Amino acid sequence: MCLILFSIGIYCILVKRNLIKIIIGIGIAEYAVNLFFILVGYRAQGRAPILAEKEIVQNMVDPLPQALILTAIVIGLAVTVLIVSIAIRIYEKYGTFDITKIRRLRG
Amino acid sequence: MTLIVKTITRLTVGLILLYGIYIVTHGHLSPGGGFPGGVIIALSFIHLMLAFGKDLALKKLSESLASFFESFGAIMFLTIGLLGIAGGYFFFNFVLKGKPFNLFSAGIIPLCNIAICLKVGAGLFAVFVALILLKVPIKKK
Amino acid sequence: MNPVPLPVTHNLLPLFVAIPLGSAFIVSLLGKRVKGFSDTFSNLATFSLFSISLLSLLLVKHSGTVVYKVGGWIPPIGICMVLDSLTSFMLVTINLIAFLVTIYSIGYMERYTAKWKFYTLFLLMLAGMNGVIVTGDMFNLFVFLEIASISSYALVAFGVEHEELEASFKYMVMGIMASLFILLGIAFLYSLTSTLNMADMSRALAKIGDNQTAFFVAALFLMGFGLKAALVPFHAWLPDAHPSAPAPISAMLSGVLIKALGVYALARIFFNVLGITATSSSIFMVLGTISMVLGGLLALGQEDIKRLFAYSSISQIGYVVFAIGIGTPLGILAGLFHLFNHAIFKSLLFLNSGSIEYATGTRDLRKMGGLTSKMPVTGYSSLVGSMSISGIPPLSGFWSKLLIILAAIEAKHFIFAAIAVLVSILTLAYYLKVQRLAFFGELKGSLKGIKEAPLTMKLSMIALSIICLLGGLLLIPGIQKNFLSLATEVLVNGTNYAQIILGSIK
Repeated sequence: MCLILFSIGIYCILVKRNLIKIIIGIGIAEYAVNLFFILVGYRAQGRAPILAEKEIVQNMVDPLPQALILTAIVIGLAVTVLIVSIAIRIYEKYGTFDITKIRRLRG
Repeated sequence: MTLIVKTITRLTVGLILLYGIYIVTHGHLSPGGGFPGGVIIALSFIHLMLAFGKDLALKKLSESLASFFESFGAIMFLTIGLLGIAGGYFFFNFVLKGKPFNLFSAGIIPLCNIAICLKVGAGLFAVFVALILLKVPIKKK
Repeated sequence: MNPVPLPVTHNLLPLFVAIPLGSAFIVSLLGKRVKGFSDTFSNLATFSLFSISLLSLLLVKHSGTVVYKVGGWIPPIGICMVLDSLTSFMLVTINLIAFLVTIYSIGYMERYTAKWKFYTLFLLMLAGMNGVIVTGDMFNLFVFLEIASISSYALVAFGVEHEELEASFKYMVMGIMASLFILLGIAFLYSLTSTLNMADMSRALAKIGDNQTAFFVAALFLMGFGLKAALVPFHAWLPDAHPSAPAPISAMLSGVLIKALGVYALARIFFNVLGITATSSSIFMVLGTISMVLGGLLALGQEDIKRLFAYSSISQIGYVVFAIGIGTPLGILAGLFHLFNHAIFKSLLFLNSGSIEYATGTRDLRKMGGLTSKMPVTGYSSLVGSMSISGIPPLSGFWSKLLIILAAIEAKHFIFAAIAVLVSILTLAYYLKVQRLAFFGELKGSLKGIKEAPLTMKLSMIALSIICLLGGLLLIPGIQKNFLSLATEVLVNGTNYAQIILGSIK
């Protein structure tokens, strides 16, 4: 299922012409990868990996991917913020969101 | 913004801020920690801005102050790490570790969480302010 | 050599990341208030980084591979930082160029507003690059890779003109896709091996043996890191991004970033973690050769001086990847030597183009001419750089290209060797074109009033050209043994990396 999400995201990035849709495509692809990573850590009948007082340690889901994904989500957030701000500036300069019209660089 | 929104905001902003601080400080005991806590704290300020307009929100937390907090949070995080060198390694856990499951346990992790929360909260708020303040002249082609 | 951890000086390793990170935030705090602070502080920071990297060379020689456990946690539970010869080689290269570029920036960035923002982003990028080189943990690699990439996205768009924004956007989209592929690859590797430590991973992969997922992962990594390294067919962002960035950033990007993030990461992962196989070597060689040829051909037709240099970068990185792909010790030695050389002379050339732009305000070759009479330092250093990159003896580029061709012949890849020679002649052709159009010939009327570049810019260019001249000396057996050969050994050792790292943990 994650691969479907991921391919939808990649398709959006490559095919769509509107800048904002490209950005959303990036977001979709990113969530797909993060989701996949978390699923990697799944153990059958596992519980949430949190130790509480007076509780016996039973089958736990792998906590390591969760820490990693937290970091990856934050990185994704930073990247999205940057790309959106650049998109805003582009709109300011070019007056359009269509990437076929934003082609000053040639060769 | 309508009166309903303003009233509700007045009531809930403080609660949101408090909730964010709760998540940050209990980061080592329950899910959460620096990142999500920082986001929630930033949200409380953004909520203010959305309901009351940017002038009031900027009075509460001006942009230069936000930028200061951001760098300060990062430097605090790095300092905690560097101080660990005194104990022998980068990021060494040198502060007292109390009994597990207590609030004041787990060495440097709560301090790290607070540093991160400062940085993330200030950073998000600064970004939001920057995006709002930018006046986009819309050219018609 | 048995690794022996030293009690105090092995704390050197985290400093490579801590110093630029700390300086970045201190500059962002104080750079606005105190005038001239950001300049001096950043230069101090890069200078200290450069000296520490030289120290690290001595450290590795003295005690073999150094493994530094972050926070005292024992790998594979904790993150470790690894200092072996390849690491210190890359560290010296990167920090040297960073230091010279910051000196250059004092003069060049006067034209832009908000210098402190530039230095903050620059130092962050440097922290990311150093982190990529120093880390021994896969996910940590990804994190630092992202730090460096994000800072570079922002830096490319620094002066917010039309072309810069467009180039930065395209670069960002492609860079993000590459990072996603890399993250996906790491996720698959984690599901295969349940560990993120590179040494542990290589051991686990060796146990599993060849299987389909590993192959898929290798393909993903090739796509991801190949894009960061601007290998054909993933090079499309480079000709737009490098020219649009301010000149010191182009120098950093082209001279250092694509090497640290792209080539180093590729080499580290394919040689030390996944284990090099015949298929992967051939893929490297083929992709490298295609990059060489395509970059060279496309560079011939350019009129924008920085775009020409950008295509030339693609071509030279093709050389490096090709040489590393040959797989024999001589090939790897040649590749690493060419990596070092290219960092030096490509940065020199980009800094030159920056000073041309500073003085004349244009990047179009057709509008230039006869600059040497008015700008002697730029002219002569550019001459040295161009001759070196084209492979004219006795400058450094000649030696590295000769070694690459010899290595190809030794491994009986005659066709590839012939292509390498042809591309070298092509390189000479387009650099001669640059020299002729820009520097020699008649001084055009509109350019009569230009002046030479300011002092700091001159200093960096002179320093880099001296290194170009002396680069050939690196092959003298005494020096080579200490510097290049050790780095080669690490890659040749391949999956023995795991033994060395895990063996040194107490």
